[in-house]
Amino acid sequence: LPLPLVQSPSPALPDAKFINPDWVALHTSRGYESQPHKLFMRTTVFVADLLVYIPAVILYCFSLKETSAKKKVSSALCILLYPGLILIDHGHFQYPLSLGLALWAVLCLSHDWDLLGSVAFCLALNYKQMELYHSLPFFCYLLGKCFKKGLKGKGLVLLAKLAGTVLVSFAACWLPFGTDVEQIMQVLRRLFPIDRGLFEDKVANIWCSLSVLIKIKNVISPRTQLKLSFAVTFLSLLPACIKLTVQPSLRGFKFALVSCALSFFLFSFQVHEKSILLVSVPVCLIINEIPFMATWFLLVSTFSLLPLLLKDELLLPYAVTTPAFLAVCLASFSILEKTSAEDLQLKAFSLSLKGYVSWVKSFPRIVRSLFLLSVALMGALSVLSVAAPPPQRLPDLFPLAVAVVSCLHFLLFLLYFNVVMLWDSKSRGQKKIS
Amino acid sequence: MAAGGRGWFRALALGVSFLKCLLIPAYYSTDFEVHRNWLAITHNLPLSQWYYEATSEWTLDYPPFFAWFEYVLSHIAKYFDPQMLVVENLNYTSRATVFFQRLSVIFTDTLFIYAVHECCRCINGKRAAKDILEKPTFILAVLLLWNFGLLIVDHIHFQYNGFLFGLMLLSVARLCQKRYLEGALLFAVLLHFKHIYVYVAPAYGIYLLRSYCFTANNADGSLKWRSFSFLHVTLLALIVCLVSALSLGPFLVLGQLPQVISRLFPFKRGLCHAYWAPNFWALYNAMDKALTILGLKCNFLDGTKIPKASMTGGLVQEFQHTVLPSVTPLATLICTFIAILPSVFCLWFKPQGPRGFLQCLVLCALSSFMFGWHVHEKAILLAILPLSLLSIQRAKDAGIYLILATTGHFSLFPLLFTAPELPIKILLMLLFTVYSFSSLKSLFRREKPLLNWLETIYLIQLVPLEIFCEIIFPLTPWKQHFPFVPLLLTSVYCALGITYAWLKLYISVLTERTPVRQKAE
Repeated sequence: LPLPLVQSPSPALPDAKFINPDWVALHTSRGYESQPHKLFMRTTVFVADLLVYIPAVILYCFSLKETSAKKKVSSALCILLYPGLILIDHGHFQYPLSLGLALWAVLCLSHDWDLLGSVAFCLALNYKQMELYHSLPFFCYLLGKCFKKGLKGKGLVLLAKLAGTVLVSFAACWLPFGTDVEQIMQVLRRLFPIDRGLFEDKVANIWCSLSVLIKIKNVISPRTQLKLSFAVTFLSLLPACIKLTVQPSLRGFKFALVSCALSFFLFSFQVHEKSILLVSVPVCLIINEIPFMATWFLLVSTFSLLPLLLKDELLLPYAVTTPAFLAVCLASFSILEKTSAEDLQLKAFSLSLKGYVSWVKSFPRIVRSLFLLSVALMGALSVLSVAAPPPQRLPDLFPLAVAVVSCLHFLLFLLYFNVVMLWDSKSRGQKKIS
Repeated sequence: MAAGGRGWFRALALGVSFLKCLLIPAYYSTDFEVHRNWLAITHNLPLSQWYYEATSEWTLDYPPFFAWFEYVLSHIAKYFDPQMLVVENLNYTSRATVFFQRLSVIFTDTLFIYAVHECCRCINGKRAAKDILEKPTFILAVLLLWNFGLLIVDHIHFQYNGFLFGLMLLSVARLCQKRYLEGALLFAVLLHFKHIYVYVAPAYGIYLLRSYCFTANNADGSLKWRSFSFLHVTLLALIVCLVSALSLGPFLVLGQLPQVISRLFPFKRGLCHAYWAPNFWALYNAMDKALTILGLKCNFLDGTKIPKASMTGGLVQEFQHTVLPSVTPLATLICTFIAILPSVFCLWFKPQGPRGFLQCLVLCALSSFMFGWHVHEKAILLAILPLSLLSIQRAKDAGIYLILATTGHFSLFPLLFTAPELPIKILLMLLFTVYSFSSLKSLFRREKPLLNWLETIYLIQLVPLEIFCEIIFPLTPWKQHFPFVPLLLTSVYCALGITYAWLKLYISVLTERTPVRQKAE
C-alpha cells in the first residue's frame, strides 16, 4: 500500500534513531518487542488517533443539524467510546488512519465540498484497500449528484472535475512505485489475495456460517467460489446503489455506506474479522438518527470480534468497555424507550404493509425483548468462551458459535438497513438534500 | 445525563470502578507481595505466630484488625488460587493472584464510595446551583471518588487505602451529623486497622472532649466547665477500651505486646524513606547537602571526614548529617508536637463546630507529615482528602487545596517509574488537575482569584520539571553518576509547595475571626 509505507518511516525516523537505534534496523528489528518500543508504537497510534480520527468525529457531531447541544456531545461521546475501534486500534494494534480519512471524506461531502471529499477518500483508499467497501456508495452518491445537476451543464463539469481529482490523487500515491506494469501487478496481487480462498478462520461471514452445514470449499471449485461470492455481493448491493444514484441524499448516502459495507462483509471473499469496523464506523454516523438499532449493531459488532480479542488477551478491556458503552448509550439516548416503529424509521415500511400486519401494536415491546434476549445471549456466550473448555470433538465450538450468532444478527441488520433506505420517502429525501 | 436525583453519583461511582477494572493489568509494586504474604501468614499460621513470622522480608507491620481483614480475604482467596496462600511462595504472581488482589481493592472501595455519599449529604455548599455540574456536592464527589492520588496508590501501586479512607471520611461525616459515638467508634476501629491515622488522633480527641464531653458553651463561645458530662466521657472511654481490647487483647494475653509494638513502629529505619517524602526533613537534607558541597569547595570541611555513602543513595538506613545537627526520632516527635499545638489550641479555645474540627484534622495530618519520622510520601493523601471537604466551602481553602493537591499528587509520580505507566499517570493527573482547577474556579467565580501569580507560576513550573525528570534526564550522561537527581529535585520542589500550603492554612486558621453566632454546618 503506497500510503502506509510513506507514513511509517517519516514520523519514526527522527525520533526512533535518537531514542534507540535498534528499533529501526530493518532486518534485525523483525519481532523486536521490548517495552519502550511497544510504548513508542502505541503512542504513535494514539497520536494518529488524536490527529485524524478524533477531530473528524467531533467535527461531525458538531455539524449535525436538528440536534441539541447535549445530544451532540452525547453522540460524540458514544462514538468515541465504541469498544470495537478502541480495542482493535489500541489493543490489537492498527492505525485508525483509513477510517479517519474516510470519515473526513464523509464530513466534506456533508458540507458539499465534493472535491476535497474525493481527495480524502482516495487517500483513505490508497492507505487501505479495505476502503473499497465504501467506494460504491461514494461513487453512486457523487454520480447521482452529477445527474441531478443535469448531464448537459453543471453536472458534466462536476463529473469531469471529480474524475480529474481522483486520477491525480491516485497518480500522486502510486508514483513512487514507478510506472513498471509488472511492479504494479505485483502490488495488486498482494492487495487482493484471490488465491487464498473464500474464507480463513472463523469470521461472521455467510460463507463461514454456511460451511457449518455444507462444506462449500469442497463442493465448489475456487473459480466458481469467486464468481458466486462476486455475484451475491453485487446483487445485494444493487438496490441500495440504484436508489442512491437516482435519489442522492446525505441520509441515503450514510445508510448506503452501512448497507454496502455490510453486504461486502457478509458475502465477499477473504474477509477478516476486523472489516466489521468498516461497517461500524458508518453506523456510528447514524447513531443520533436510530440510536436503538445503532447501539444494538455496535454491540454485536464488538461481540463478533471476541475470538480475535481473546487471542490478543484483551478479555478484560472487552469486559469493561462493552458494558460501559452500553451504559453510556442507555443513559444518553434512553434507547429502551425508543423502540417504536416510528423511532426505528420503519413508519413508511409498516404503512405499506398495513394490510397484512396486525402486530404493529406490540411492536415496541417485541423489539425491546428481542434486544434484551440478544444481549443476554451475547453475554452468555462471552462468559462460556472464557470459562468453559470446549468439548473434545468440537474444539472450535465457541468461536464458531460467536461467528454464527453474529452472522445471523448481521443478516437481519442488512435487511433492516436496506428496508429503511429503500422506503426513505421521497419528500423526506428532498428536504434533506445536502 | 441520568434522570435527576442521585443518578449522577451512581454514574460517577460506576465510571471510576470501570476505570479501576481497566487498571488491573498495570504495574504493581512490592506492596503486592506484602499483602500476598500477609494473606498466607494469616491463613496458615495460628494467631500466636502472626507477629513473629519472618520467612519473607515483608513482615506483618499493621495492627491486628488489618491482619483479621487479610484473614477473611484469604478464605475467599483460596477459591482463586490456593498457591498464593503458601507462605514459602515468595513473589508468587499468577494471573489469578493478581486478579483476586486487585478485585479485592476495587470491592473494598465500596466502603469509600458509601463514605463519600455520606459526606456529600452532610456538607452543604455555598449555594444551590441549577446545573448538576456546578453543584458543590457534585464537585466534591468527583474530587474524592476520582482522586488521582488514591487511584494510583491503590489501584496501580497497590495498597488498601480506599476503605481505610472510607472509614475516616465516614467518621468525619458522623461527627458532622453530631453522631459522636459512631464517629468515635469508627475512628477507634480505623486506628486498629492502620496506625498511621494516629497522626490525626489529637484532632479527634480534643474535638470530642470539647464538643461532646462538655455539652454546652457560654454565650460568648467559651467553655462552660460546669457542663462536663461524665456519662459521655465514660461512653467514649468504653468504646476506645472495647475496641482496643478486641484488637490487642489476644496479644496481651499471649504476652506478645512488645513484639507487636516493635513491629508496628520500626524506628530502626532512617529519617527519610528511600525517596524523600517532600516534608521539612527533605529540605533539611537538601540544605545539609548544599552546605556540605559549599563547605568542601571553600575548604571549611575536611573531605576525609565525610561518610561516603550519602542519604541520596536510596538506602533505608540511619545516616548522620554532615553540617547540620543529626535528627533523632525524639527530635521529630518534639517538632511534630510543637507543630500540632497551635491548631489544637485553636480547636479548644475557638471551636467552630465540624468545620473547625476538619481544619484541625488537616493541620494535624500536615504537621505530622512535615515533621514525622520516616514518613511515606503516600501520607500526603491523609491531608488532601479531608481538605477536599473544606475546599468546596470557602475560596481560601479552595486555593490552598489546589496547591496542596497538585504538588502532593505530583510528588507521588516517582512511585510509578515504569514506562507503560507514564502515559497513564500523566493523563490521569492532567484530567484531575484540570478538573479541580476549572470546577473550583467556576464555583468561586464571584470572589477574587483563587491563586496569586506566584503560586500559579510555581504550579506551572511543575510541567518543565516533569519533562526534565522523565524525558530529558534519562538521555543525558549524568544518569550514570547521579541517578538520584530527578528524585531529589521532585522531592525538594514539592516540599517547598507543601510547606507553603501548610503555612498558609495555619495562618488562615489562626487569624480566622470567630463568628458571633455558632453556625451548625
